[in-house]
Amino acid sequence: MTATPATVDPTAAGGPTATRTMTYLQAITDALRTEMRRDERVFVLGEDVGAFGGAFKATDGLFAEFGAERVQDTPIAEAAIVGTSVGAALAGLRPVCEVQFADFVATGFDQLVNVAGKMHWRTGLAVPMVLRLPSGGGFAGGPFHSQNPEAWFMHAPGLKVLAPSTPEDAKGLLSAAIRDHNPVCLLEHKHLYRRTKGEVPVGEHLTPFTARTARAGEELTIVAYGAMLHLALEAAERFEDGRVEVLDLRSLVPLDEDAILASVRRTGKVLIVDEANETCAAGAQVAALVADRAFSDLDGPVRRLAAPDVPIPFSPGLEQAVLPTADRIAEAARELLAY
Amino acid sequence: MLVENPQSTALEPPVDPALTRADREALLGFMVGMRTFEERGVALYKQGRTPGSFYDGHGQEAISVGATFAMGPDDVLCSPLIRDMGAHLVRGTDLTEIIRHHLGRDNRLSRGREGNVHFGDPAKGVVPMISMLPAMFPVAVGIAMAFRMRRERRVALTFFGDGATSPGAWHEAMNVAGLRREPIVIVCENNGLAYSTPSSAQFAVPPAERAAAYGMPGVVVDGNDVEAMFRATHAARERALRGDGPTLIEARTMRMHGHGSHDDARYVDPALLAAWRERDPIATYETTLRGEGVDVDAIRARILERLDAAVDAALATPLPDPASAVEGLFATVEPVPLGRGDAPWSGFAHGEEPVDAGDDDDDADAATVSAAAAGDRRGR
Repeated sequence: MTATPATVDPTAAGGPTATRTMTYLQAITDALRTEMRRDERVFVLGEDVGAFGGAFKATDGLFAEFGAERVQDTPIAEAAIVGTSVGAALAGLRPVCEVQFADFVATGFDQLVNVAGKMHWRTGLAVPMVLRLPSGGGFAGGPFHSQNPEAWFMHAPGLKVLAPSTPEDAKGLLSAAIRDHNPVCLLEHKHLYRRTKGEVPVGEHLTPFTARTARAGEELTIVAYGAMLHLALEAAERFEDGRVEVLDLRSLVPLDEDAILASVRRTGKVLIVDEANETCAAGAQVAALVADRAFSDLDGPVRRLAAPDVPIPFSPGLEQAVLPTADRIAEAARELLAY
Repeated sequence: MLVENPQSTALEPPVDPALTRADREALLGFMVGMRTFEERGVALYKQGRTPGSFYDGHGQEAISVGATFAMGPDDVLCSPLIRDMGAHLVRGTDLTEIIRHHLGRDNRLSRGREGNVHFGDPAKGVVPMISMLPAMFPVAVGIAMAFRMRRERRVALTFFGDGATSPGAWHEAMNVAGLRREPIVIVCENNGLAYSTPSSAQFAVPPAERAAAYGMPGVVVDGNDVEAMFRATHAARERALRGDGPTLIEARTMRMHGHGSHDDARYVDPALLAAWRERDPIATYETTLRGEGVDVDAIRARILERLDAAVDAALATPLPDPASAVEGLFATVEPVPLGRGDAPWSGFAHGEEPVDAGDDDDDADAATVSAAAAGDRRGR
């Protein structure tokens, strides 16, 4: 039995850490493999995750190493995938479900929000499970393969919601989610799977559920996560060094309120970017937080950029018309800096 | 073979499980306990002492009592539902805690965050239900899956009503349970009504007949016969332990009261109720046991005494601290495994049913998947 308690302090590891260059997708596979080797309770399940390796190949190679029981192909049945995972978690295992596209989680929603999310508060029973949710647009996926449904989960008490933007954090957040004692929704951005590469620590690697400063600046804070983080950085680079700060939320529940408020209080201006539909998005929560608790430190209006409240269209021109772009982010930043 | 015919699988175990006289007295006691408790519950509700509503299973006591009586201590119930108070009594959940829970008082089971039938004692291997039905059925299949993956000799027991066989989650859970031959016993309480809607307006094919389509046997049992429920559940449990997979037991019964205490059930034909009243599970069993010399009155007196004490203790318990409502949303410590329930059937008293299957010599640290990658050795 190699399982060890999930109480490792990610900040406690000392000394230089070996790294390897990985894509965001490879980092996810690496996290799954590392955690499955470390803890026999961890297993993955989902549609086509077995020998096929998953629709995006996130579980590639795991079937060969761990076998059909720990890398389970399931029927197309999200309520059963999520529901049996809740049961397995209650019985002491650590399931990691792949929902083939985040959009499809709607068919398993009752199990997630009513059974899993409320379980600990209602009964004291922990539900340690992870839902991997390939999300986001930008590749002509259309209305059912492009959504960013994180706000659904944020509004359901009892679920943690994570959204990595880099390979390092994709590995670290997934690993930490697996060791967490609660249901965790991990929004993996499909657009980043193969386009984003970076140095990723070899072996066990945990990322805390806190925000990170992706770029330091003094005059404006851009708050973003997931794919939008990269557009925010691209926009920030169009201004002189040191002007625009970019905060990568990484975790939406819990939301790192201290980091958001500290940055905004210093810069006095904030632009919040969501790829999700605007109404009640994660960014709306950030905007409300800033308005409520940093009002007297603001030197300008709280600005938001998000997708309008329509489904994500298929045709590339239409899709680009609704998704935030680096140009629009830079334009909004320019206006705020001049305010 | 493309499709196995699950109906060909022997359902009855080689030896009919024996019920001693003490077992039968216990079965009666749990049924009487359920009814006595629920009658008091209705009274407390009508006195305005119980917030929300109160739900009882009058006339259906034999189902949860008989089924749960066949379960071993390490089996898990996921979950007793609205007519299944007897399951909690058989597992040994503290009666005072249950009443505190109903009254919204501070209690170990729900801390006042839940009410009425939404409770279970994890320390007794009972997972509480939720309102959406049959939401706990896929969860029970997952629990059974974990038992199978760890090669433990344990089964999951799930309950739901006829109304819960309509949503998609029922199909998904049936399909996966049958597909993987999960060690689960599935009890469908067909009381003829989903709130006010009769079976005739719910489905074309009775639940038990649908079981074969999912690769498992479906058996119809007289839900008003506690020993028949025990025998059917025992057989289904043995089958699950052999690795032959799930069984759907359709317990036919009748809902004798309204959906809840707020419902006068005027939509039910009085003649139908009168006919079923003649088949009351407690009255018929009492007559049988009285005929065998059992002191039924003494059993009833003992139960009443315990209930009175529990109600008094519950009423003396304060309401939860309002500030506690926002505590404990997330788990912060290593989860505690589901505990062992009482298993009062005398057949469990001979040291049978260890959790560890004994087919490998690891010490089966109960929270780990023992030899998960070593292939399925159940020879299915």
